[in-house]
Amino acid sequence: MKTFAIATRNLLRNRRRSLTTLLAMILGVQTVLLFGGYSRNITYGLQTGFVQVGGHLQIQRQGYFLYGAGNPAVYGIADYEKIVAAVKRDPELAPMLTVVTPSLQLGGIAGNFAAGVSRTVFARGTVVEDQIFMRLWNDYGFPGTQRRLALANTGPDAAVIGTGVARVLQLCEPLQVKNCPQPEAAESSSKPLPADIAALAAQESKPSNTPTGGARIELLAASARGAPNVAALNVIKAENQNVKELDDVFVALHLAQAQRLVYGADTPRVTAIGVQLKHTRQIPAAKARLDRLLTEQFKDQPLEVLDFETLNPFYGQTIGLFATIFGFIAVLIGAIVLFTVSNTMSTAVVERTTEIGTLRAIGLRRSGIRRLFMCEGLMLGAIGAVLGVLIAMAIAAIINRSGLTWTPPGREAVPLAIYVWGELRLLFGAVIGVIVVAVLSAWWPARRAAGMNIVEALRHV
Amino acid sequence: MDSVVLKQVSKTYRLDAIGVPALTDINLEIRASRFTVISGASGSGKTTLLNLIGCIDKPDGGEIVVAGQPVQRLSDDALSDFRARHIGFIFQNFNLLPVLTAYENVEYPLLLTRTPAAERKERVENLLAAVGLANKAGNRPGELSGGERQRVAIARALAPAPRLVLADEPTANLDSHTGQTILALMRQMQREHRVSFVISSHDPQVQAEADDAVKIRDGRVVAIERLEDRGAQR
Repeated sequence: MKTFAIATRNLLRNRRRSLTTLLAMILGVQTVLLFGGYSRNITYGLQTGFVQVGGHLQIQRQGYFLYGAGNPAVYGIADYEKIVAAVKRDPELAPMLTVVTPSLQLGGIAGNFAAGVSRTVFARGTVVEDQIFMRLWNDYGFPGTQRRLALANTGPDAAVIGTGVARVLQLCEPLQVKNCPQPEAAESSSKPLPADIAALAAQESKPSNTPTGGARIELLAASARGAPNVAALNVIKAENQNVKELDDVFVALHLAQAQRLVYGADTPRVTAIGVQLKHTRQIPAAKARLDRLLTEQFKDQPLEVLDFETLNPFYGQTIGLFATIFGFIAVLIGAIVLFTVSNTMSTAVVERTTEIGTLRAIGLRRSGIRRLFMCEGLMLGAIGAVLGVLIAMAIAAIINRSGLTWTPPGREAVPLAIYVWGELRLLFGAVIGVIVVAVLSAWWPARRAAGMNIVEALRHV
Repeated sequence: MDSVVLKQVSKTYRLDAIGVPALTDINLEIRASRFTVISGASGSGKTTLLNLIGCIDKPDGGEIVVAGQPVQRLSDDALSDFRARHIGFIFQNFNLLPVLTAYENVEYPLLLTRTPAAERKERVENLLAAVGLANKAGNRPGELSGGERQRVAIARALAPAPRLVLADEPTANLDSHTGQTILALMRQMQREHRVSFVISSHDPQVQAEADDAVKIRDGRVVAIERLEDRGAQR
């Protein structure tokens, strides 16, 4: 009892010094927590984006992730509707699920033949109703409303393209894309078209602009039988995908349309079955169950289950980057706290040398002296950590209500949110870390105090 | 039984590479329940002798027995415990803990000896009353006069009921009237508690109060006068 009482009073005795030390610790804790909370925001923002589009898990044919993009016909999942139904009705999986939906990805060439331009694209056919549900996933409570899915309530030949695709295909004007510079007409080095072909082209160009203000494109892809197939698509909107590489190749269309393009009259397949869960933490349990289910009921085709982190390496890389920066900041802050507390305790030891001599003379052991100074370090650390947490929470609350936004890759702008409240690992880590650093900082001065020669300490002026 | 016995005790301090002898061949018996005053000029070795008796310093040679216990072979922790139980200290500069009240300063040694709370309370209140500071128990040292601080220091020294109380120039920082009062108080306490007081002082008032007077010069005991001897001379 007395050790804590004396430690407390000694801290209050030098209020200014104690406050300065506390301030350093509070700033340190705040910095760690606010940056930690910000990186949580990045992590959760990215995760939400990936999960809303592709789900937590995807069932794919083995090898599709590595090699299938070049040949979706070979890596298609047969009887996918049976698999979807089996997953949905599985008693172990059902309580964890929000959406199970098939999709078909394919590479192709999109052309606006009226303008004589084309480009390679990456098309994804989805079940629009399912996609609408998937975009409602918001387990981390991001404020704001989800952007409406452009393909909703559209005809079977409708498509949405990236603004980069629109720019290259010279469709900015009919699709009303802003800030979309168009090239000056390039001089053609080739000979003029024959009259009949030119007339045909002119005729084709007329319906290029649809009555609704959209545009038509042709999407050329390899069919399952290896022959080229073309689908005429009604582009209803160009949407910015926020990442140029994706924006320049993005085409979204209805699953049935994509299947007709790849499989024609054959039995349609899909390249993936997306499984969205209620919570990310359910991934291990859901994956384990899916693996068993597929092995038991669909062993005729080699299937595998991949999580969104595997499917989107960018996610792991971003988390790794932020973890490295966070670690660097935490070490830096730890070093500052270490030297600040150590300096404070060293000064206290020098100032209280006579007191140390007196305490030793009247019978306090060396360990008692050590305990006294380490207790002061512990209390400084604990008070600094608690105040740091409280102030960081207050600052986070202010930022979260400030209306600031940021744009995660591949998504529209989202409100900036600093996640401190409820982040128990982050909070306990910061608090325990600061307390440990403070106690360690006090250890050396405490050891020096405990090792003092009593006579010399009593002689100290 | 003698309170303290020193046999052939010597102590040399190192000043850079030079050895400065502080005490040489000290042979001394300090009798129990006596008021012993060690006197001598500044630098004669009074404080060093007191430090050795108080077990806060170690001799280079010789043997020291305090309260029947040879202390040289005790570990540092054992010596700390020994001091806490058997030796009280009164310092020239009072050396009270500034963050503790008068009550807490007196109580502190009893916490070190793990005295039960009820006994602790009774003892502290009695001691503060005995030194006339019952009404200032809640005051911190900064709120007390020099004389009052030394009273608290006396109470603190007596708190664990030690066999021996050591006082190094206890009146040096007090005016003569207060010094006289403090001296009288120490004498009264020594008699009431039947404890050995060993005081280093060159104050003639203090020397005059001695049961046993030890004179020290250049690190050697040059004279020991016992009260009964002095009484005979008188």
